[in-house]
Amino acid sequence: VAAVSTPPRPAFVRDVLGRSDYAIISELVETGSRVLDLGCGEGELLAWLAINKHVDARGVEISGARVQKAITRGVSVYQGDVLEALLDYPDGAFDYVILSQTLQETREPLRVLREMLRVGRQGIVAFPNFAHWGVRVAHLFTGRSPRTKLFPHEWYDSPNIHFLTVTDFEALAREEGWTVERSIFLAGRRRVTMLPNLMAEVAVFQVKAHEGQ
Amino acid sequence: MISETKLAHFDSLRLDSGVELAPVQVAYETWGELNAARSNAILIEHAFSGDAHAAGISAEAGQTGWWDNMIGPGKAFDTDKYFVICSNVLGGCRGSSGPSSMNPATDAPYAMTFPIISIGDMVRLQKMLIDSLGIRRLLAISGGSMGGMQVLEWAVAYPEAVACAIPIASTARHSAQQIAFNEVGRQAIMGDPEWSEGNYYGKTRPARGLAVARMVGHITYMSDDSMREKFGRRLRGKDEFAFDFSAEFEVESYLRYRGSQFVDRFDANSYLYITKAMDYYDLAQGRPSLGAALQPARARFLVISFTSDWLYPSYQSLEIVRALRSLNRDVAYCELPSNYGHDAFLVDVAEQTDVVRGYLASTYREAAA
Repeated sequence: VAAVSTPPRPAFVRDVLGRSDYAIISELVETGSRVLDLGCGEGELLAWLAINKHVDARGVEISGARVQKAITRGVSVYQGDVLEALLDYPDGAFDYVILSQTLQETREPLRVLREMLRVGRQGIVAFPNFAHWGVRVAHLFTGRSPRTKLFPHEWYDSPNIHFLTVTDFEALAREEGWTVERSIFLAGRRRVTMLPNLMAEVAVFQVKAHEGQ
Repeated sequence: MISETKLAHFDSLRLDSGVELAPVQVAYETWGELNAARSNAILIEHAFSGDAHAAGISAEAGQTGWWDNMIGPGKAFDTDKYFVICSNVLGGCRGSSGPSSMNPATDAPYAMTFPIISIGDMVRLQKMLIDSLGIRRLLAISGGSMGGMQVLEWAVAYPEAVACAIPIASTARHSAQQIAFNEVGRQAIMGDPEWSEGNYYGKTRPARGLAVARMVGHITYMSDDSMREKFGRRLRGKDEFAFDFSAEFEVESYLRYRGSQFVDRFDANSYLYITKAMDYYDLAQGRPSLGAALQPARARFLVISFTSDWLYPSYQSLEIVRALRSLNRDVAYCELPSNYGHDAFLVDVAEQTDVVRGYLASTYREAAA
Protein backbone atom coordinates (compact mmCIF):
# COMPACT_ATOMS: atom_id res chain seq x y z
CA VAL A 1 0.00 0.00 0.00
CA ALA A 2 2.86 2.31 0.93
CA ALA A 3 4.22 1.96 -2.60
CA VAL A 4 1.41 4.02 -4.08
CA SER A 5 0.40 6.26 -1.20
CA THR A 6 3.79 7.99 -1.19
CA PRO A 7 4.52 9.96 -4.35
CA PRO A 8 7.36 8.38 -6.32
CA ARG A 9 10.73 10.04 -6.11
CA PRO A 10 11.71 11.52 -9.45
CA ALA A 11 14.72 9.35 -10.22
CA PHE A 12 14.02 6.02 -8.57
CA VAL A 13 10.90 3.97 -8.91
CA ARG A 14 9.65 1.78 -6.13
CA ASP A 15 8.60 -1.65 -7.17
CA VAL A 16 5.27 -3.35 -6.85
CA LEU A 17 5.49 -7.13 -6.52
CA GLY A 18 9.16 -6.85 -7.43
CA ARG A 19 8.55 -5.07 -10.72
CA SER A 20 9.07 -1.42 -11.52
CA ASP A 21 6.73 -1.49 -14.53
CA TYR A 22 3.97 -2.68 -12.18
CA ALA A 23 4.76 0.29 -9.93
CA ILE A 24 4.31 2.67 -12.87
CA ILE A 25 1.09 0.99 -13.95
CA SER A 26 -0.26 1.09 -10.42
CA GLU A 27 0.32 4.84 -10.40
CA LEU A 28 -1.41 5.35 -13.75
CA VAL A 29 -4.53 3.37 -12.84
CA GLU A 30 -7.16 5.41 -11.03
CA THR A 31 -8.83 4.10 -7.90
CA GLY A 32 -12.14 2.37 -8.47
CA SER A 33 -11.71 2.02 -12.23
CA ARG A 34 -12.43 -0.96 -14.50
CA VAL A 35 -9.27 -2.75 -15.58
CA LEU A 36 -8.56 -5.52 -18.07
CA ASP A 37 -5.07 -7.07 -18.00
CA LEU A 38 -4.08 -8.94 -21.16
CA GLY A 39 -1.63 -11.77 -20.55
CA CYS A 40 -2.17 -11.38 -16.84
CA GLY A 41 -0.23 -14.47 -15.76
CA GLU A 42 -1.22 -15.58 -12.29
CA GLY A 43 -3.20 -12.37 -11.73
CA GLU A 44 -0.71 -10.85 -9.27
CA LEU A 45 -1.05 -7.29 -10.59
CA LEU A 46 -4.85 -7.53 -10.83
CA ALA A 47 -5.17 -8.89 -7.30
CA TRP A 48 -2.89 -6.10 -6.08
CA LEU A 49 -4.95 -3.44 -7.92
CA ALA A 50 -8.21 -4.94 -6.63
CA ILE A 51 -7.07 -4.76 -3.02
CA ASN A 52 -5.06 -1.53 -3.09
CA LYS A 53 -6.92 0.51 -5.70
CA HIS A 54 -10.33 -1.15 -5.49
CA VAL A 55 -10.50 -1.69 -9.23
CA ASP A 56 -12.96 -4.00 -10.97
CA ALA A 57 -10.32 -6.43 -12.24
CA ARG A 58 -10.47 -8.85 -15.19
CA GLY A 59 -7.76 -10.73 -16.99
CA VAL A 60 -6.94 -12.90 -19.97
CA GLU A 61 -4.24 -15.56 -19.94
CA ILE A 62 -3.48 -18.44 -22.28
CA SER A 63 -1.77 -20.76 -19.79
CA GLY A 64 -4.27 -22.95 -17.98
CA ALA A 65 -2.02 -23.47 -14.95
CA ARG A 66 -1.61 -19.70 -14.51
CA VAL A 67 -5.33 -19.10 -14.95
CA GLN A 68 -6.07 -21.60 -12.19
CA LYS A 69 -3.71 -19.73 -9.86
CA ALA A 70 -5.33 -16.41 -10.77
CA ILE A 71 -8.86 -17.68 -10.17
CA THR A 72 -7.71 -19.25 -6.90
CA ARG A 73 -6.68 -15.70 -5.93
CA GLY A 74 -10.24 -14.68 -6.68
CA VAL A 75 -9.45 -12.76 -9.88
CA SER A 76 -11.83 -13.17 -12.83
CA VAL A 77 -9.54 -14.45 -15.54
CA TYR A 78 -10.45 -15.97 -18.88
CA GLN A 79 -8.35 -18.86 -20.15
CA GLY A 80 -7.79 -18.19 -23.81
CA ASP A 81 -6.40 -15.97 -26.53
CA VAL A 82 -6.01 -12.24 -25.93
CA LEU A 83 -7.39 -11.14 -29.29
CA GLU A 84 -10.33 -13.52 -29.16
CA ALA A 85 -11.25 -12.18 -25.72
CA LEU A 86 -10.98 -8.54 -26.86
CA LEU A 87 -13.22 -9.07 -29.88
CA ASP A 88 -16.17 -10.06 -27.64
CA TYR A 89 -16.13 -7.00 -25.40
CA PRO A 90 -18.31 -3.99 -26.16
CA ASP A 91 -16.69 -0.59 -26.90
CA GLY A 92 -15.39 1.25 -23.86
CA ALA A 93 -16.01 -1.68 -21.52
CA PHE A 94 -12.94 -0.75 -19.45
CA ASP A 95 -11.24 2.39 -18.21
CA TYR A 96 -7.84 0.77 -18.72
CA VAL A 97 -6.67 -2.15 -20.78
CA ILE A 98 -3.18 -3.21 -19.73
CA LEU A 99 -0.72 -4.99 -21.97
CA SER A 100 2.31 -5.54 -19.79
CA GLN A 101 5.29 -7.36 -21.31
CA THR A 102 2.90 -9.17 -23.63
CA LEU A 103 2.90 -7.11 -26.86
CA GLN A 104 6.16 -8.65 -28.09
CA GLU A 105 4.64 -12.12 -27.67
CA THR A 106 1.34 -11.57 -29.48
CA ARG A 107 0.84 -12.90 -32.97
CA GLU A 108 -1.06 -9.88 -34.30
CA PRO A 109 0.18 -6.95 -32.22
CA LEU A 110 -1.45 -4.19 -34.28
CA ARG A 111 -4.88 -5.83 -34.14
CA VAL A 112 -4.43 -6.37 -30.42
CA LEU A 113 -3.51 -2.70 -29.92
CA ARG A 114 -6.42 -1.43 -32.01
CA GLU A 115 -8.85 -3.72 -30.18
CA MET A 116 -7.55 -2.76 -26.77
CA LEU A 117 -8.06 0.92 -27.57
CA ARG A 118 -11.61 0.14 -28.71
CA VAL A 119 -12.45 -1.84 -25.56
CA GLY A 120 -10.56 0.46 -23.18
CA ARG A 121 -10.81 4.23 -22.84
CA GLN A 122 -7.07 4.11 -22.14
CA GLY A 123 -4.42 1.58 -23.05
CA ILE A 124 -1.32 0.98 -20.95
CA VAL A 125 1.41 -0.77 -22.89
CA ALA A 126 4.69 -1.86 -21.30
CA PHE A 127 7.36 -3.58 -23.35
CA PRO A 128 11.11 -4.23 -23.36
CA ASN A 129 12.95 -1.79 -25.62
CA PHE A 130 14.87 -3.62 -28.30
CA ALA A 131 16.94 -0.50 -29.05
CA HIS A 132 18.46 -0.29 -25.57
CA TRP A 133 22.21 0.32 -25.88
CA GLY A 134 22.99 -3.04 -24.24
CA VAL A 135 21.08 -4.86 -26.95
CA ARG A 136 22.77 -2.80 -29.66
CA VAL A 137 26.20 -3.49 -28.23
CA ALA A 138 25.55 -7.20 -27.83
CA HIS A 139 24.37 -7.40 -31.43
CA LEU A 140 27.22 -5.30 -32.80
CA PHE A 141 30.01 -7.16 -31.08
CA THR A 142 28.77 -10.74 -31.13
CA GLY A 143 27.02 -10.68 -34.49
CA ARG A 144 24.38 -12.91 -32.98
CA SER A 145 20.78 -12.47 -31.90
CA PRO A 146 21.17 -10.38 -28.77
CA ARG A 147 21.04 -12.13 -25.43
CA THR A 148 20.91 -9.65 -22.59
CA LYS A 149 19.27 -9.28 -19.20
CA LEU A 150 16.18 -7.99 -21.02
CA PHE A 151 16.22 -10.60 -23.76
CA PRO A 152 17.66 -13.63 -22.03
CA HIS A 153 16.45 -16.30 -24.45
CA GLU A 154 18.13 -18.14 -27.26
CA TRP A 155 16.58 -17.23 -30.62
CA TYR A 156 14.93 -20.68 -30.84
CA ASP A 157 13.20 -20.68 -27.47
CA SER A 158 12.25 -17.03 -27.10
CA PRO A 159 8.57 -16.26 -26.45
CA ASN A 160 9.20 -12.90 -28.13
CA ILE A 161 8.11 -12.97 -31.75
CA HIS A 162 8.05 -9.22 -32.42
CA PHE A 163 10.91 -6.94 -31.47
CA LEU A 164 10.03 -3.29 -31.10
CA THR A 165 11.66 -0.12 -29.84
CA VAL A 166 10.52 3.09 -28.19
CA THR A 167 10.80 4.89 -31.53
CA ASP A 168 8.85 2.14 -33.31
CA PHE A 169 5.97 2.49 -30.89
CA GLU A 170 5.94 6.29 -31.11
CA ALA A 171 5.91 6.09 -34.91
CA LEU A 172 3.01 3.63 -34.84
CA ALA A 173 1.06 5.84 -32.45
CA ARG A 174 1.49 8.76 -34.87
CA GLU A 175 0.40 6.68 -37.87
CA GLU A 176 -2.64 5.31 -36.07
CA GLY A 177 -3.59 8.70 -34.66
CA TRP A 178 -3.35 7.57 -31.04
CA THR A 179 -2.72 10.14 -28.36
CA VAL A 180 0.19 9.33 -26.09
CA GLU A 181 -1.02 10.63 -22.74
CA ARG A 182 2.06 9.63 -20.82
CA SER A 183 5.26 7.80 -21.50
CA ILE A 184 7.57 6.55 -18.78
CA PHE A 185 10.95 4.98 -19.39
CA LEU A 186 12.85 2.76 -17.02
CA ALA A 187 16.34 1.36 -16.69
CA GLY A 188 16.33 -1.00 -13.76
CA ARG A 189 14.56 0.99 -11.08
CA ARG A 190 15.70 4.33 -12.43
CA ARG A 191 13.57 6.61 -14.52
CA VAL A 192 15.12 7.55 -17.85
CA THR A 193 14.54 11.10 -19.05
CA MET A 194 17.16 11.47 -21.76
CA LEU A 195 17.43 9.52 -25.03
CA PRO A 196 14.85 6.93 -24.07
CA ASN A 197 15.27 4.85 -27.23
CA LEU A 198 18.90 4.33 -26.28
CA MET A 199 18.70 4.32 -22.50
CA ALA A 200 15.36 2.73 -21.61
CA GLU A 201 15.14 -0.97 -20.86
CA VAL A 202 11.39 -0.87 -20.43
CA ALA A 203 8.88 1.60 -21.85
CA VAL A 204 5.42 2.23 -20.46
CA PHE A 205 3.01 4.14 -22.69
CA GLN A 206 -0.43 5.34 -21.76
CA VAL A 207 -2.33 5.88 -24.99
CA LYS A 208 -5.85 6.48 -26.16
CA ALA A 209 -7.51 6.16 -29.50
CA HIS A 210 -8.26 9.34 -31.42
CA GLU A 211 -11.69 10.68 -30.48
CA GLY A 212 -14.39 9.34 -32.75
CA GLN A 213 -12.29 6.35 -33.69
CA MET B 1 -20.72 -35.78 9.15
CA ILE B 2 -24.13 -37.52 9.41
CA SER B 3 -26.76 -35.83 7.31
CA GLU B 4 -30.48 -36.27 7.18
CA THR B 5 -32.88 -35.58 4.35
CA LYS B 6 -35.64 -33.12 5.25
CA LEU B 7 -38.88 -32.38 3.42
CA ALA B 8 -40.55 -29.08 2.59
CA HIS B 9 -44.15 -28.92 1.39
CA PHE B 10 -45.79 -26.27 -0.74
CA ASP B 11 -49.39 -25.85 -1.85
CA SER B 12 -48.73 -25.69 -5.54
CA LEU B 13 -46.28 -24.90 -8.32
CA ARG B 14 -47.15 -23.32 -11.66
CA LEU B 15 -45.21 -25.13 -14.40
CA ASP B 16 -43.83 -23.80 -17.70
CA SER B 17 -46.28 -26.10 -19.48
CA GLY B 18 -49.12 -24.12 -17.87
CA VAL B 19 -50.14 -26.98 -15.59
CA GLU B 20 -50.53 -26.39 -11.85
CA LEU B 21 -48.90 -29.12 -9.77
CA ALA B 22 -50.51 -29.36 -6.31
CA PRO B 23 -49.38 -30.11 -3.73
CA VAL B 24 -45.63 -30.24 -4.23
CA GLN B 25 -42.84 -31.56 -2.04
CA VAL B 26 -39.10 -31.07 -2.05
CA ALA B 27 -36.42 -33.12 -0.30
CA TYR B 28 -33.28 -31.31 0.85
CA GLU B 29 -30.23 -31.55 3.07
CA THR B 30 -28.10 -28.84 4.65
CA TRP B 31 -24.59 -28.68 6.07
CA GLY B 32 -22.88 -26.00 8.14
CA GLU B 33 -24.56 -23.05 9.85
CA LEU B 34 -26.42 -20.10 8.39
CA ASN B 35 -24.77 -16.95 9.76
CA ALA B 36 -26.69 -14.14 11.46
CA ALA B 37 -26.62 -11.96 8.33
CA ARG B 38 -27.85 -14.97 6.28
CA SER B 39 -25.15 -14.14 3.78
CA ASN B 40 -23.21 -17.42 3.64
CA ALA B 41 -25.71 -19.74 1.94
CA ILE B 42 -24.65 -21.82 -1.05
CA LEU B 43 -27.09 -23.85 -3.12
CA ILE B 44 -25.73 -26.98 -4.77
CA GLU B 45 -27.51 -28.33 -7.85
CA HIS B 46 -27.29 -32.02 -8.59
CA ALA B 47 -26.81 -33.61 -11.99
CA PHE B 48 -29.27 -35.88 -13.77
CA SER B 49 -29.23 -38.89 -11.41
CA GLY B 50 -28.16 -37.15 -8.19
CA ASP B 51 -30.17 -36.36 -5.12
CA ALA B 52 -30.26 -34.10 -2.06
CA HIS B 53 -27.63 -36.20 -0.33
CA ALA B 54 -24.60 -34.37 -1.67
CA ALA B 55 -22.31 -34.70 1.35
CA GLY B 56 -21.70 -36.55 4.56
CA ILE B 57 -22.99 -39.97 5.53
CA SER B 58 -26.72 -40.45 5.15
CA ALA B 59 -28.59 -41.19 8.38
CA GLU B 60 -30.81 -43.82 6.73
CA ALA B 61 -28.46 -45.86 4.54
CA GLY B 62 -24.96 -44.90 5.67
CA GLN B 63 -24.16 -43.73 2.13
CA THR B 64 -21.55 -41.11 1.26
CA GLY B 65 -22.89 -38.04 -0.58
CA TRP B 66 -22.30 -37.69 -4.33
CA TRP B 67 -20.12 -34.55 -3.94
CA ASP B 68 -18.64 -35.36 -0.54
CA ASN B 69 -15.16 -34.62 -1.94
CA MET B 70 -16.26 -31.01 -2.60
CA ILE B 71 -18.54 -30.26 0.36
CA GLY B 72 -17.40 -30.44 3.98
CA PRO B 73 -15.11 -28.86 6.54
CA GLY B 74 -12.10 -27.33 4.76
CA LYS B 75 -13.28 -28.51 1.34
CA ALA B 76 -14.16 -26.36 -1.71
CA PHE B 77 -17.61 -25.63 -0.31
CA ASP B 78 -16.30 -25.25 3.22
CA THR B 79 -19.04 -26.10 5.70
CA ASP B 80 -17.02 -24.42 8.48
CA LYS B 81 -17.61 -21.13 6.63
CA TYR B 82 -20.72 -21.63 4.56
CA PHE B 83 -24.24 -22.95 4.91
CA VAL B 84 -24.66 -25.44 2.08
CA ILE B 85 -28.02 -26.64 0.77
CA CYS B 86 -28.86 -29.30 -1.82
CA SER B 87 -32.34 -30.38 -2.89
CA ASN B 88 -33.63 -33.22 -5.03
CA VAL B 89 -34.98 -31.87 -8.34
CA LEU B 90 -38.63 -31.71 -9.26
CA GLY B 91 -39.44 -34.87 -11.22
CA GLY B 92 -36.90 -36.87 -9.21
CA CYS B 93 -37.44 -40.00 -7.22
CA ARG B 94 -35.47 -39.25 -4.08
CA GLY B 95 -38.04 -37.41 -2.02
CA SER B 96 -39.17 -34.55 -4.27
CA SER B 97 -42.40 -34.66 -6.26
CA GLY B 98 -42.07 -36.81 -9.36
CA PRO B 99 -43.85 -39.45 -11.40
CA SER B 100 -43.56 -41.99 -8.57
CA SER B 101 -45.32 -39.61 -6.14
CA MET B 102 -48.94 -40.20 -5.17
CA ASN B 103 -51.47 -38.21 -7.15
CA PRO B 104 -53.96 -37.00 -4.51
CA ALA B 105 -56.72 -36.96 -7.13
CA THR B 106 -56.43 -40.68 -7.84
CA ASP B 107 -54.65 -42.05 -4.78
CA ALA B 108 -52.27 -43.80 -7.15
CA PRO B 109 -48.78 -42.83 -8.38
CA TYR B 110 -48.83 -40.20 -11.12
CA ALA B 111 -46.75 -42.35 -13.46
CA MET B 112 -47.09 -40.83 -16.95
CA THR B 113 -49.87 -38.47 -15.85
CA PHE B 114 -47.18 -36.43 -14.07
CA PRO B 115 -46.92 -33.13 -15.96
CA ILE B 116 -43.93 -32.45 -18.19
CA ILE B 117 -41.39 -30.39 -16.25
CA SER B 118 -38.56 -28.04 -17.23
CA ILE B 119 -35.27 -26.87 -15.76
CA GLY B 120 -37.06 -23.58 -15.06
CA ASP B 121 -39.71 -25.44 -13.02
CA MET B 122 -37.00 -27.16 -10.97
CA VAL B 123 -35.46 -23.79 -10.20
CA ARG B 124 -38.79 -22.17 -9.28
CA LEU B 125 -39.40 -24.91 -6.72
CA GLN B 126 -35.90 -24.41 -5.30
CA LYS B 127 -36.58 -20.68 -4.99
CA MET B 128 -39.65 -21.50 -2.88
CA LEU B 129 -37.45 -23.70 -0.67
CA ILE B 130 -34.78 -21.00 -0.31
CA ASP B 131 -37.43 -18.39 0.54
CA SER B 132 -38.90 -20.74 3.15
CA LEU B 133 -35.47 -21.03 4.75
CA GLY B 134 -35.41 -17.25 5.12
CA ILE B 135 -32.55 -16.74 2.64
CA ARG B 136 -32.93 -13.74 0.34
CA ARG B 137 -29.61 -13.89 -1.44
CA LEU B 138 -27.37 -16.87 -2.10
CA LEU B 139 -23.63 -16.33 -1.82
CA ALA B 140 -23.22 -18.89 -4.56
CA ILE B 141 -24.98 -21.48 -6.60
CA SER B 142 -23.07 -24.30 -8.23
CA GLY B 143 -23.50 -27.62 -9.94
CA GLY B 144 -22.19 -29.78 -12.76
CA SER B 145 -23.90 -31.01 -15.91
CA MET B 146 -27.68 -30.60 -15.47
CA GLY B 147 -26.76 -28.84 -12.23
CA GLY B 148 -25.02 -26.17 -14.29
CA MET B 149 -28.17 -25.60 -16.35
CA GLN B 150 -30.05 -24.89 -13.13
CA VAL B 151 -27.26 -22.51 -12.08
CA LEU B 152 -27.69 -20.50 -15.30
CA GLU B 153 -31.46 -20.53 -14.94
CA TRP B 154 -31.19 -19.22 -11.36
CA ALA B 155 -28.82 -16.43 -12.37
CA VAL B 156 -31.26 -15.24 -15.03
CA ALA B 157 -34.57 -15.87 -13.22
CA TYR B 158 -33.49 -14.43 -9.84
CA PRO B 159 -30.61 -12.03 -10.56
CA GLU B 160 -30.80 -10.31 -7.17
CA ALA B 161 -30.71 -13.63 -5.32
CA VAL B 162 -27.36 -14.89 -6.64
CA ALA B 163 -23.98 -13.30 -5.88
CA CYS B 164 -21.85 -15.91 -7.61
CA ALA B 165 -22.78 -18.55 -10.20
CA ILE B 166 -20.52 -21.54 -10.85
CA PRO B 167 -21.74 -23.78 -13.69
CA ILE B 168 -19.41 -26.74 -14.24
CA ALA B 169 -19.16 -29.04 -17.29
CA SER B 170 -22.48 -27.70 -18.51
CA THR B 171 -24.28 -25.94 -21.33
CA ALA B 172 -26.83 -23.23 -22.05
CA ARG B 173 -28.62 -25.55 -24.48
CA HIS B 174 -28.72 -29.27 -25.08
CA SER B 175 -27.11 -30.27 -28.37
CA ALA B 176 -28.31 -32.83 -30.89
CA GLN B 177 -25.74 -35.30 -29.56
CA GLN B 178 -26.90 -34.84 -25.98
CA ILE B 179 -30.54 -35.23 -26.98
CA ALA B 180 -29.61 -38.31 -29.01
CA PHE B 181 -28.02 -40.13 -26.07
CA ASN B 182 -31.00 -39.27 -23.87
CA GLU B 183 -33.36 -40.60 -26.51
CA VAL B 184 -31.48 -43.93 -26.62
CA GLY B 185 -31.94 -44.18 -22.85
CA ARG B 186 -35.63 -43.38 -23.07
CA GLN B 187 -36.19 -45.87 -25.86
CA ALA B 188 -34.43 -48.59 -23.84
CA ILE B 189 -36.88 -47.97 -20.98
CA MET B 190 -40.01 -47.57 -23.09
CA GLY B 191 -39.08 -50.63 -25.13
CA ASP B 192 -38.98 -52.80 -22.01
CA PRO B 193 -42.34 -54.69 -21.85
CA GLU B 194 -42.33 -54.25 -18.05
CA TRP B 195 -42.52 -50.49 -18.51
CA SER B 196 -46.26 -50.92 -19.31
CA GLU B 197 -46.80 -47.30 -20.38
CA GLY B 198 -45.26 -46.27 -17.06
CA ASN B 199 -47.75 -48.17 -14.88
CA TYR B 200 -45.32 -50.55 -13.24
CA TYR B 201 -45.59 -49.28 -9.66
CA GLY B 202 -46.36 -52.19 -7.31
CA LYS B 203 -45.48 -54.60 -10.12
CA THR B 204 -42.26 -55.71 -11.85
CA ARG B 205 -40.22 -52.67 -12.79
CA PRO B 206 -38.60 -52.16 -16.22
CA ALA B 207 -35.22 -53.06 -14.75
CA ARG B 208 -33.70 -54.26 -18.02
CA GLY B 209 -34.50 -51.11 -19.94
CA LEU B 210 -33.40 -48.80 -17.15
CA ALA B 211 -30.12 -50.71 -16.76
CA VAL B 212 -29.37 -50.42 -20.48
CA ALA B 213 -30.17 -46.71 -20.35
CA ARG B 214 -27.70 -46.34 -17.50
CA MET B 215 -25.03 -48.31 -19.35
CA VAL B 216 -25.23 -45.89 -22.27
CA GLY B 217 -25.08 -43.01 -19.80
CA HIS B 218 -21.94 -44.32 -18.16
CA ILE B 219 -20.16 -44.61 -21.50
CA THR B 220 -20.86 -40.94 -22.18
CA TYR B 221 -19.58 -39.94 -18.72
CA MET B 222 -16.16 -41.50 -19.31
CA SER B 223 -13.51 -40.85 -21.95
CA ASP B 224 -11.63 -43.11 -24.33
CA ASP B 225 -8.54 -42.54 -22.17
CA SER B 226 -10.22 -43.25 -18.86
CA MET B 227 -11.84 -46.43 -20.20
CA ARG B 228 -8.56 -47.64 -21.65
CA GLU B 229 -6.85 -46.97 -18.35
CA LYS B 230 -9.59 -48.48 -16.20
CA PHE B 231 -10.47 -51.55 -18.30
CA GLY B 232 -8.30 -51.81 -21.38
CA ARG B 233 -9.11 -55.09 -23.08
CA ARG B 234 -8.76 -57.01 -19.83
CA LEU B 235 -10.95 -60.03 -19.31
CA ARG B 236 -12.60 -60.61 -15.99
CA GLY B 237 -11.07 -63.43 -13.95
CA LYS B 238 -9.57 -65.28 -16.93
CA ASP B 239 -7.04 -65.04 -19.72
CA GLU B 240 -8.86 -66.66 -22.62
CA PHE B 241 -12.09 -66.07 -24.47
CA ALA B 242 -15.02 -68.31 -23.58
CA PHE B 243 -16.51 -67.87 -27.08
CA ASP B 244 -19.93 -66.99 -25.69
CA PHE B 245 -21.89 -63.84 -24.75
CA SER B 246 -21.18 -63.72 -21.05
CA ALA B 247 -19.70 -60.53 -19.61
CA GLU B 248 -16.10 -61.39 -20.42
CA PHE B 249 -14.49 -57.98 -20.80
CA GLU B 250 -14.06 -55.98 -17.64
CA VAL B 251 -15.78 -53.04 -19.28
CA GLU B 252 -18.83 -55.21 -19.95
CA SER B 253 -19.11 -56.43 -16.40
CA TYR B 254 -18.57 -52.89 -15.09
CA LEU B 255 -21.39 -51.50 -17.21
CA ARG B 256 -23.70 -54.36 -16.27
CA TYR B 257 -22.89 -53.82 -12.60
CA ARG B 258 -23.50 -50.06 -12.78
CA GLY B 259 -26.71 -50.69 -14.72
CA SER B 260 -28.14 -53.16 -12.23
CA GLN B 261 -27.06 -51.01 -9.27
CA PHE B 262 -28.87 -48.01 -10.75
CA VAL B 263 -32.16 -49.90 -10.97
CA ASP B 264 -32.24 -50.18 -7.17
CA ARG B 265 -32.06 -46.45 -6.61
CA PHE B 266 -33.70 -44.79 -9.58
CA ASP B 267 -37.19 -44.67 -11.03
CA ALA B 268 -37.54 -45.34 -14.76
CA ASN B 269 -40.25 -42.72 -15.22
CA SER B 270 -38.09 -40.10 -13.49
CA TYR B 271 -35.43 -40.98 -16.06
CA LEU B 272 -37.89 -40.11 -18.83
CA TYR B 273 -39.09 -36.85 -17.27
CA ILE B 274 -35.71 -35.49 -16.23
CA THR B 275 -33.95 -36.31 -19.51
CA LYS B 276 -36.82 -34.60 -21.33
CA ALA B 277 -36.38 -31.49 -19.18
CA MET B 278 -32.67 -31.44 -20.11
CA ASP B 279 -33.45 -31.88 -23.80
CA TYR B 280 -35.96 -29.02 -23.73
CA TYR B 281 -33.39 -26.79 -22.08
CA ASP B 282 -32.26 -23.85 -24.19
CA LEU B 283 -31.63 -20.68 -22.24
CA ALA B 284 -31.87 -18.60 -25.42
CA GLN B 285 -35.24 -20.07 -26.44
CA GLY B 286 -37.59 -17.28 -27.44
CA ARG B 287 -34.83 -14.66 -27.16
CA PRO B 288 -32.78 -13.24 -30.02
CA SER B 289 -29.47 -14.55 -28.64
CA LEU B 290 -27.79 -16.18 -25.67
CA GLY B 291 -26.48 -12.73 -24.73
CA ALA B 292 -30.02 -11.37 -24.67
CA ALA B 293 -31.05 -14.32 -22.50
CA LEU B 294 -28.22 -13.67 -20.03
CA GLN B 295 -28.87 -9.91 -19.96
CA PRO B 296 -30.77 -9.96 -16.62
CA ALA B 297 -27.99 -11.89 -14.82
CA ARG B 298 -26.05 -9.87 -12.24
CA ALA B 299 -23.92 -12.57 -10.58
CA ARG B 300 -20.20 -12.97 -11.06
CA PHE B 301 -19.58 -16.21 -12.94
CA LEU B 302 -16.97 -18.90 -12.69
CA VAL B 303 -17.38 -21.27 -15.64
CA ILE B 304 -15.42 -24.53 -15.59
CA SER B 305 -15.02 -27.23 -18.24
CA PHE B 306 -12.76 -30.28 -18.61
CA THR B 307 -10.44 -31.16 -21.47
CA SER B 308 -11.65 -34.75 -21.97
CA ASP B 309 -15.38 -34.07 -21.48
CA TRP B 310 -16.92 -34.94 -24.86
CA LEU B 311 -20.50 -35.07 -23.57
CA TYR B 312 -20.48 -31.42 -22.43
CA PRO B 313 -17.49 -30.17 -24.45
CA SER B 314 -15.65 -26.96 -23.59
CA TYR B 315 -17.15 -25.12 -26.55
CA GLN B 316 -20.49 -25.16 -24.76
CA SER B 317 -18.98 -23.52 -21.69
CA LEU B 318 -17.24 -21.02 -23.97
CA GLU B 319 -20.57 -20.04 -25.53
CA ILE B 320 -21.73 -19.01 -22.07
CA VAL B 321 -18.48 -17.16 -21.36
CA ARG B 322 -18.52 -15.29 -24.68
CA ALA B 323 -22.12 -14.23 -24.24
CA LEU B 324 -21.34 -12.91 -20.74
CA ARG B 325 -18.27 -11.10 -22.03
CA SER B 326 -20.28 -9.42 -24.77
CA LEU B 327 -22.42 -8.04 -21.92
CA ASN B 328 -19.28 -7.05 -20.02
CA ARG B 329 -20.29 -9.24 -17.08
CA ASP B 330 -17.82 -10.45 -14.49
CA VAL B 331 -16.82 -13.93 -15.69
CA ALA B 332 -13.86 -16.23 -15.06
CA TYR B 333 -13.27 -19.30 -17.16
CA CYS B 334 -10.88 -22.22 -17.00
CA GLU B 335 -10.64 -25.54 -18.76
CA LEU B 336 -9.21 -28.01 -16.27
CA PRO B 337 -7.00 -30.84 -17.53
CA SER B 338 -8.47 -34.27 -16.79
CA ASN B 339 -8.70 -37.70 -18.38
CA TYR B 340 -11.95 -38.57 -16.67
CA GLY B 341 -14.35 -37.21 -19.28
CA HIS B 342 -17.65 -35.77 -18.06
CA ASP B 343 -17.22 -37.57 -14.71
CA ALA B 344 -14.26 -35.26 -13.96
CA PHE B 345 -16.36 -32.76 -11.99
CA LEU B 346 -17.32 -35.59 -9.62
CA VAL B 347 -14.05 -37.48 -9.32
CA ASP B 348 -11.08 -35.33 -10.40
CA VAL B 349 -11.58 -32.47 -7.97
CA ALA B 350 -8.13 -31.29 -6.78
CA GLU B 351 -7.82 -28.33 -9.16
CA GLN B 352 -11.56 -27.73 -9.20
CA THR B 353 -11.35 -27.42 -5.41
CA ASP B 354 -8.63 -24.75 -5.61
CA VAL B 355 -10.41 -22.50 -8.08
CA VAL B 356 -13.85 -22.86 -6.50
CA ARG B 357 -12.53 -22.27 -2.98
CA GLY B 358 -10.55 -19.18 -4.01
CA TYR B 359 -13.30 -17.66 -6.10
CA LEU B 360 -15.87 -18.22 -3.36
CA ALA B 361 -13.59 -16.71 -0.73
CA SER B 362 -13.11 -13.51 -2.76
CA THR B 363 -16.85 -13.28 -3.45
CA TYR B 364 -17.56 -13.69 0.26
CA ARG B 365 -14.98 -11.00 1.13
CA GLU B 366 -16.51 -8.57 -1.36
CA ALA B 367 -20.04 -9.34 -0.21
CA ALA B 368 -19.00 -8.65 3.39
CA ALA B 369 -17.16 -5.42 2.51
